[in-house]
Amino acid sequence: MGILDLFSKKDGPAAFEIPAGTFTVDRHGNVLSSTLPQSFPPECVAQIVKPVLESFHGAKKAQLALTEIVIQYSALKITARELRGGAMIFLAPHGPQRQT
Amino acid sequence: MPGPPKILLLDDEEDALELYQQILATLPSKPEIRTCDSGTKALALLESEEFTLMISDLNMPKMDGLQVLSIVRRKYPNIKIMVMTAVVDEQFRARAYALGVDLFWQKPSSEQEMKLFLEGVDSVLQRYEQSGFRGVQSKSLVDIVQLECLSQSSTVLKITNGVLVARIWIQNGELVDAEMGDITGEEAFKRILTWKAGNFENLPAEPTRERKIFNTVDGLLLDAMQMIDENQAIADGTAPKEEVHEEAASRQTPLQMSAKVKGVDFLMALPADSAKPPEFWGVENPEPLAKWARQTWQGFNQLGDQFVCGKCVAIDGRSLRRQVALLAAGERLLCIGLERGLSQEQRQETVNNVLAKWVS
Repeated sequence: MGILDLFSKKDGPAAFEIPAGTFTVDRHGNVLSSTLPQSFPPECVAQIVKPVLESFHGAKKAQLALTEIVIQYSALKITARELRGGAMIFLAPHGPQRQT
Repeated sequence: MPGPPKILLLDDEEDALELYQQILATLPSKPEIRTCDSGTKALALLESEEFTLMISDLNMPKMDGLQVLSIVRRKYPNIKIMVMTAVVDEQFRARAYALGVDLFWQKPSSEQEMKLFLEGVDSVLQRYEQSGFRGVQSKSLVDIVQLECLSQSSTVLKITNGVLVARIWIQNGELVDAEMGDITGEEAFKRILTWKAGNFENLPAEPTRERKIFNTVDGLLLDAMQMIDENQAIADGTAPKEEVHEEAASRQTPLQMSAKVKGVDFLMALPADSAKPPEFWGVENPEPLAKWARQTWQGFNQLGDQFVCGKCVAIDGRSLRRQVALLAAGERLLCIGLERGLSQEQRQETVNNVLAKWVS
């Protein structure tokens, strides 16, 4: 029933959309590699990196020594893996703007 | 409404409107279908014509579906409302039902789903013939249960409080059973009644459900209300010590109850006011853990606000030796340490069981 393709909508207007992708950063937050689109500003990447590195750092102080953090939002899932002081971060957006 | 039913179809995509119009025209009731591509136009049409059913998309520019629905439900209480969306988000579903929609439907993507969708529309149209009042109002769970029992209803009340889901079975106005996680019967019923907020849905009755509650509704409600009052008085510090009932005095705190949940390694509950000390169990170094939990939760919530990606629902942390979950329970932030080697399902069950102790 190919006609039903019509049911799947294109992306609606969004104030800001986080792309799906993966990137790695060193312990200072410098991006080492990335599959994010170039249109995604480095400042936004830095905003994501900051709480991730802070969380890994704080966890060490609390003797948790986490190797992975998964953050679930209504419309986004962030998975961060500790990488020798830095991190590998996966962004997986979902929710209405992705699905309609 | 004499004559064939009238359906108002609202979607911002012209192609979809045309397609739905053709499909809905095949219904046996031969409905008259009007379409519009914006919320403003839909409201204008509703001003001038009477409709039986409105089918609306949720994600639309300018005025979104939920905004339209809230206005329509208030101004036209008789119209049936159906939401059809590609959004598969439990929060949207809950919000839509809280606004008083009659049916929330995910956009069909196969022939079978399309058939079910048409049956759903047909069922809603038939319900229009039945009389009764409806509205959107916040009622306590006690009120809802009393109402169902007094009206001799047979139904299953599905109650949702965040990630927790509970069910109460009512048959011919009598309480038959209740279920909350792995607890059933009277204990589950009393626990459910202590929930302060949430959503409820009426599901079809299940007459074959085995009876586990044999007390009267009034007796159980009285017990539950007494328990809630006593707990509240203790929490407020207004209950004089000599008047505290023996049973209430021996009642355990949420922290003590959470500590007994299978799979919990340690637990910390942080009040919203950071000046207040956290409650904890099994924690060796509470200060750095509290600091980490607060900073991590706040940091990622700020990130969520900056990128408009919704509220932070939960944060899971893993290491070789530990698993930890951060999530909100009312005003508190819970930091739950989990035993090693739990499967994903066991982990989720443990977290839900702990959460259940705190949201009541």
